[in-house]
Amino acid sequence: MTQATTATRPPATPATGRRRLADREGPLASLFLLPAVVYVVALVGVPFVLAIGFAFSDVTAGDPSYDWAGLDAYRRVFDDPVFWQALRNTLVFTGVSMVLIVVFGKVLANILIADFRGKWLVRFLVLLPWTTPVALSTVSWLWLLDSIFSPIDWLLRQVGLLEGNMYWLGRPSLATASVIAVHVWRLVPLAAVIIMAGLIAIPRDIDEAARVDGAGFWRRMFEVTIPLTMPLIAVAALFGAIFTFTDMAVVYVLTRGGPTNSTQVLASWAFVRGIEGGDVAQGAAIALFLFPLLLAAAVLILRAVRRMQVM
Amino acid sequence: MSDSVLTEPPAEVDRQRRRFVWRRRAGRVGVYVLAVLAAVVAAGPFLWSAVTALKLNSDLYTATNNPFFFNKPATLDHVLFLFQDTPFPTFVVNTLWVGVLVVAITLLFGLPAAYALARLDRPWAGPAGIALFFVYLVPPTLLFLSLTRVVVWLGLQDSTWSLVLIYPTITIPVCTWLLIGFCKGLPKDVEEQAMVDGYSRLGAFARVVVPLLFPGIVAVVVFAFTLTASEFIYALAFISPSAEKTVSTGVPTELIRGDVFFWQSLQASNIVVAMPIALLFTLLLGRFVAGFTMGAVKG
Repeated sequence: MTQATTATRPPATPATGRRRLADREGPLASLFLLPAVVYVVALVGVPFVLAIGFAFSDVTAGDPSYDWAGLDAYRRVFDDPVFWQALRNTLVFTGVSMVLIVVFGKVLANILIADFRGKWLVRFLVLLPWTTPVALSTVSWLWLLDSIFSPIDWLLRQVGLLEGNMYWLGRPSLATASVIAVHVWRLVPLAAVIIMAGLIAIPRDIDEAARVDGAGFWRRMFEVTIPLTMPLIAVAALFGAIFTFTDMAVVYVLTRGGPTNSTQVLASWAFVRGIEGGDVAQGAAIALFLFPLLLAAAVLILRAVRRMQVM
Repeated sequence: MSDSVLTEPPAEVDRQRRRFVWRRRAGRVGVYVLAVLAAVVAAGPFLWSAVTALKLNSDLYTATNNPFFFNKPATLDHVLFLFQDTPFPTFVVNTLWVGVLVVAITLLFGLPAAYALARLDRPWAGPAGIALFFVYLVPPTLLFLSLTRVVVWLGLQDSTWSLVLIYPTITIPVCTWLLIGFCKGLPKDVEEQAMVDGYSRLGAFARVVVPLLFPGIVAVVVFAFTLTASEFIYALAFISPSAEKTVSTGVPTELIRGDVFFWQSLQASNIVVAMPIALLFTLLLGRFVAGFTMGAVKG
């Protein structure tokens, strides 16, 4: 390709140095890519290495000078039962949310590609939870789950199922359910859009062929559509998991980790220790626990994408 | 389909047709029911916000009142309060200002990178594109502590400039991926024709490809801006004075003072921010889907 374009160029063209560089694809490609790569390496790669460095140091917000401290920060992390609670919560929130996100996302994707009147309005309303800044939509939920004025409580009282209030965010089990509900609610639209992309890409004739052969709706769904969109369903699941796993905004705004740390997650605990408590080393050590799972998710996504390309 | 039907006896055809019509009708009803249900669940908290934002205190804070209707006349007082007596307008200005700069930086770095990866036929283009995309999956929660130190070293703490510097690390990877998809969607002949006509590769990129990418660029601008407006943890970690906060951190930290919640104003701010963004996304949804999937296709 490179040779072809240079060869077909008429030799009479005055070949100044600049002109030649502007046409040589190899150097041009590197030159085009370089700024983006430098930016990302400098402000993602370097901080990542720094984070690892901090985890083995005694850096605090008050005394930012770097001294090697070995595993001291980890010792402080492990000695605190809240860390184990946060680790367990993070895994539970992520696992439960992921399953629910995929199931509802698949249903929602089918609705989004269906043809019906008012489709645009439904799309708009359905996208709201995903496109709104998470801190703001969580404020809505904070009010929805208010200890006295929650309209859910009001409805339950009207139906006669409840006297008084549920205190959604005041009891550990309900607070846990609330945090999961908000994650599922905000990430289902994203999963639906990803799965929708897969559904649109299925060639029409495959579906029609299955119809002609007499396959009903459920049979076509489980034996044609789902296997064909499996890679994208996997991507949707992993995105759901990553965004739940790494988020701290929902917990921070909704419960501040409470009641008594029962909804604390790794991200929020790292923030409490590292920023609010000023113990940068400990915060960094906690945050690093996010990495192994992220790496696993990334590898799985890569494999799903590979399978898509094979198709 | 018609072939198989024709060979069967008329009674059977009739029966099948009726079954088909019935099934179709049931399917239609099912779609509408599910669509309405999905819309109500998704938008419910926002509808609730919208009603709340316009309520009088005496209406809102009476636990026996129906929370979904106006038991007393609606009022704009709390919406006006939001704009006149809280720092919310400052948050909006900060968000827009940071957003515009971040979008500009993103396009400046992302456009050439995407073109190089989509079109310039380097053997490393595929893996490099995927690597860049994975940077998007490195979460702010992993980096915010070290980036806070970096921001302090650079003397940018408590200033929106820190966000202008750091947010492109989120937007460049994902937007480059989107742009790769849009580049691949352009027919190659267009640039080749431009180069035959005497443009260099660089000239063809700047004068032919970039203008043709315009619809994709619009989508990327919206996407990058939304990512910027939604980001929470960096904004929370880097900036504490309220004059420099963005909407994302300002609303939940400044409009809630201890135990005092300005509920109506809080909900109003939510609606004011949520509606325009969701509207833009709805209009551009098709393009996002096309961009993300094309990025994964071999060029």
